[in-house]
Amino acid sequence: MTEALFEFLLRQGDNSLVLGHRVSEWCGVAPALEEDIALANTALDLIGQTRLWLEYAAEVEGKGRSADDLAFLRDAYDFRNMLLVELPNKDFGQTLMRQFLFDAFQVPWLTALKSSSDQRIADIASKSLQEALYHLERSRDTVIALGDGTKESNARMQEALDRLWPYAGEVFRDDEIDIAMAKKHIAPRPSEIRQTWDATLNETFEAAYLTLSEDRFAHSGGRTGQRHTEHLGHMLATMQVLQRSYPGATW
Amino acid sequence: MTMPFDTNDIWAWLDTVPDPEIPVISVVDLGVIRAVDIENERVTVTVTPTYSGCPAMSVISLDIETKLLKRGIIDPQIKTQIAPPWTTDWLSEKGRKRLEEYGIAPPQAAGGPAHCPLCRSKRVEKVSQFGSTPCKAQWRCLDCLEPFDYFKCI
Repeated sequence: MTEALFEFLLRQGDNSLVLGHRVSEWCGVAPALEEDIALANTALDLIGQTRLWLEYAAEVEGKGRSADDLAFLRDAYDFRNMLLVELPNKDFGQTLMRQFLFDAFQVPWLTALKSSSDQRIADIASKSLQEALYHLERSRDTVIALGDGTKESNARMQEALDRLWPYAGEVFRDDEIDIAMAKKHIAPRPSEIRQTWDATLNETFEAAYLTLSEDRFAHSGGRTGQRHTEHLGHMLATMQVLQRSYPGATW
Repeated sequence: MTMPFDTNDIWAWLDTVPDPEIPVISVVDLGVIRAVDIENERVTVTVTPTYSGCPAMSVISLDIETKLLKRGIIDPQIKTQIAPPWTTDWLSEKGRKRLEEYGIAPPQAAGGPAHCPLCRSKRVEKVSQFGSTPCKAQWRCLDCLEPFDYFKCI
């Protein structure tokens, strides 16, 4: 049970850590100052949430590792994030489309986790949900603004959706960890969230003049760590270089 | 031995610790101090984060510790508690007033500033949902044309 809980907590923490790092890559190079600040703040929220999840994961594991150890000293195959969040940012529209697909899941997911039988998880979810709601408001509005913008912006958002869609469904494929958590009422099975997610997507894409593919194929392997994309290793090389080069460095 | 201070004194001292990012309000005004306890001559202050990744939180804890040490409290404990989550409802009335005087529109349940903190015009528009710190958004006044910060309502 402890092992399953540890895996579950890594999934939560790694999703926010990897997405937080990806979003932070925009810092200083976003298309407008306001967007630069918004992206940096989103990244900051996600990395703050990561600390809450990974601190708990480290305690549950009970091997004396810290949240920082988990973030900076694990290799790609030990990460449990969904593939969607590790994909490269590409352009601003692609980044915000990915953010929207993630936020639209995260809001109902964290809402459900507020009722977790594990009080610590319920507390982390309550804290993170406030931020996720705010992120969803922005990513949804931006997807609509760009989708319902010019011919060029609409085409690029459709391209973003088509590229990201095969990665978006991974999270809904319940596996033995999800079933173990559901049995203990720690979390619902992710597939139970799908309907709410679909509804948010349909409503948003209709307003954004974007077409959602009916194909439900989903790449998988991120949440189990069995098959990450080649992009994660490159991202970790940048994210972890300081701790790898100067172990234990602090400031 | 009785201690020469009680929890009321500690609350009063904490009310002189400024928020590191918005120095016109205190950490008490901000609503991040959840409890002050004295047990077995050990002082514990419980702090709750505003935003989970706010870099000011570690400075706030350090500033609280420094203040208590200066007041002669030996080995004060600073505890972090995330539940119930902080909300802008916990900003004090004094804090809201000072924010406005400083040029930051205080949070409103309606989701946007009541008026421009500089000229008080109600004709204002949002520039960005995010601002210079995790707790603020950027707005602008359509009458005096000044941009201003709005304390996000959560």
